[in-house]
Amino acid sequence: MFTATPQVRRKARTEAAARTFFALMAAAMVVPLLAIVGYVVYRGWPVLSWTFLTTNPTHGGTQGGIWSALVGTIYVVFLSLAISAPIGVLAAVYLNEYAKDTWFTRVVNLAVVNLAGVPSIVHGLFGVGAFVYFLNVNGGKKSILAAALTLAVMTLPVIVASTKEALASVPVAFREACWNVGATRWQTIRRIVLPNSISGILTGVILQVSRTAGETAPVMLTGVTTWKMIEQTGLFLYHPITDQCMALSMHLYYIQTQASGAPKALPFAIAAVLIGAVLVVNAASIAVRVALRSRRKW
Amino acid sequence: MAERRNGMEMVAEKAIELLIRICGISAIVFVFGIFFFVFREGAPALAKIDLGEFLTGGKWIPTSHQPRYGVGALIVGTLSVTAVAMAIAVPFGLGAAVFVSEFCGRRTRETLKIVIELLAAIPSVVWGFIGLSVMSPLLIHGFHVPVGVNLFNGAILLALMSVPIMVSIGEDALKAVPDSYREAALALGATRWQTVWRVLVPAARNGLLAAVLLGVGRAIGETMAVLMATGHSIRIPETLFDPVCTLTATIAAELGETSKGSTHYQVLFLIGVLLFSITFVVNLAADLVVKGIRKR
Repeated sequence: MFTATPQVRRKARTEAAARTFFALMAAAMVVPLLAIVGYVVYRGWPVLSWTFLTTNPTHGGTQGGIWSALVGTIYVVFLSLAISAPIGVLAAVYLNEYAKDTWFTRVVNLAVVNLAGVPSIVHGLFGVGAFVYFLNVNGGKKSILAAALTLAVMTLPVIVASTKEALASVPVAFREACWNVGATRWQTIRRIVLPNSISGILTGVILQVSRTAGETAPVMLTGVTTWKMIEQTGLFLYHPITDQCMALSMHLYYIQTQASGAPKALPFAIAAVLIGAVLVVNAASIAVRVALRSRRKW
Repeated sequence: MAERRNGMEMVAEKAIELLIRICGISAIVFVFGIFFFVFREGAPALAKIDLGEFLTGGKWIPTSHQPRYGVGALIVGTLSVTAVAMAIAVPFGLGAAVFVSEFCGRRTRETLKIVIELLAAIPSVVWGFIGLSVMSPLLIHGFHVPVGVNLFNGAILLALMSVPIMVSIGEDALKAVPDSYREAALALGATRWQTVWRVLVPAARNGLLAAVLLGVGRAIGETMAVLMATGHSIRIPETLFDPVCTLTATIAAELGETSKGSTHYQVLFLIGVLLFSITFVVNLAADLVVKGIRKR
């Protein structure tokens, strides 16, 4: 019969204490998150409504809704991902499917890792130097295109990394089977590798939607303005993409720190919309992952 | 076999291979491009200011008649905010990583991972806003300090922002320890805590270090949260509750007000070069540490 000696009891106590301690460590992240999100939504609630989302701001942004800022964010996000997603996925295909392990591949990999760690504000400076002044997209002024290009360079390494991981998860045997029936490298990639890794690739790209939507520092230097009076409604507020636009993230910064006379609830409402957008996008990425994973054949 | 394919197919195949190759190479082009364009805008300032004074000088008065461009106080600001943030984030981040990887069930783990992903996705401007509108009053009431936007406020935000990356990389590192290590410890009668402390943490040392380094990189490069929450006052902090100013925040706050080609504009780009170099070194170190694990 097993009897607990003092030593065993002491071990059990330490074990329980350690378990509780680490659980508290984890809880210390979850609790503030929920508290903060809850508080922001609670404070913004009086202003939040469908009309708030779909009417343009007026009076220097302190009155009215947030429509033109929302549309600006959508423009910048989709334009940037339209550029970075194809290049990023193809770059990952190159690194994972074509490149042999040479010094050159190692340099490319290293470049990708380091590109991911460059601070967003430095990307902003790069955007100013390269797209605003050197390419001169809008005659030395900020523009949607310059902002989108800047964000594209910023999201590229993350898309490369997540796509590479997705491609690497497809078993090598799949490729070998395909080559054995006489398919070329590209045929193998298009018919076998990409369809089998699409859930991972899409998840990675979708997560970048929420990241780019929230970015402030790089776009405020390259394409987003604090305030712009827009009368018309609809989705096409900014005609040439060499125009400047408003954006949600910048709107929050501007209303909180520079604009005067805005109702107290307004910045909370904008923050709640930003958090809500992030939630929706992340939920979408999880949904895609779950839906496509069930189709997996291995 | 390849010879028997028809010509068009071969050409298409080659064209696609070329396109894919170009995309792969573009990654390098961008890294050098970033350095090149930031340096190109900033380099002319090197002729106008003294590099020693730039790096160590404590006076940043870019808009006076006799401008002084010393970023010493900004470097101290960045380092102090990062250090305090890491003092908070490292225990919590690694502790949470241990919990997620070793102590909790599958369902708790999946839930926590989703929460962590969410925590990582909240935009920095929202964190900054929370610092200004929620943390600042809390600090004023809780610690009876005159100014709520200060070093401590920014550090707490940075800690919350860098914890997710530490948890996910730290968890990967712990997961990478072979299960046979755990089984061996269990067979010797070790409790789970003993296994974690005596076996897993030493075995995953490098990965945990990489997790911390990536957290540091994230904290140094963060802009909007520190711009809004640290008070943006350029001086060397003496207490935890002094307002400070960081390298990143200075660029964000001042670049819009400078004209292209002025010394102030160029010096801000030089700060960008400095930031690029710091984070490059930190990330390179993290990458080498991770590579070290893979080799074993």
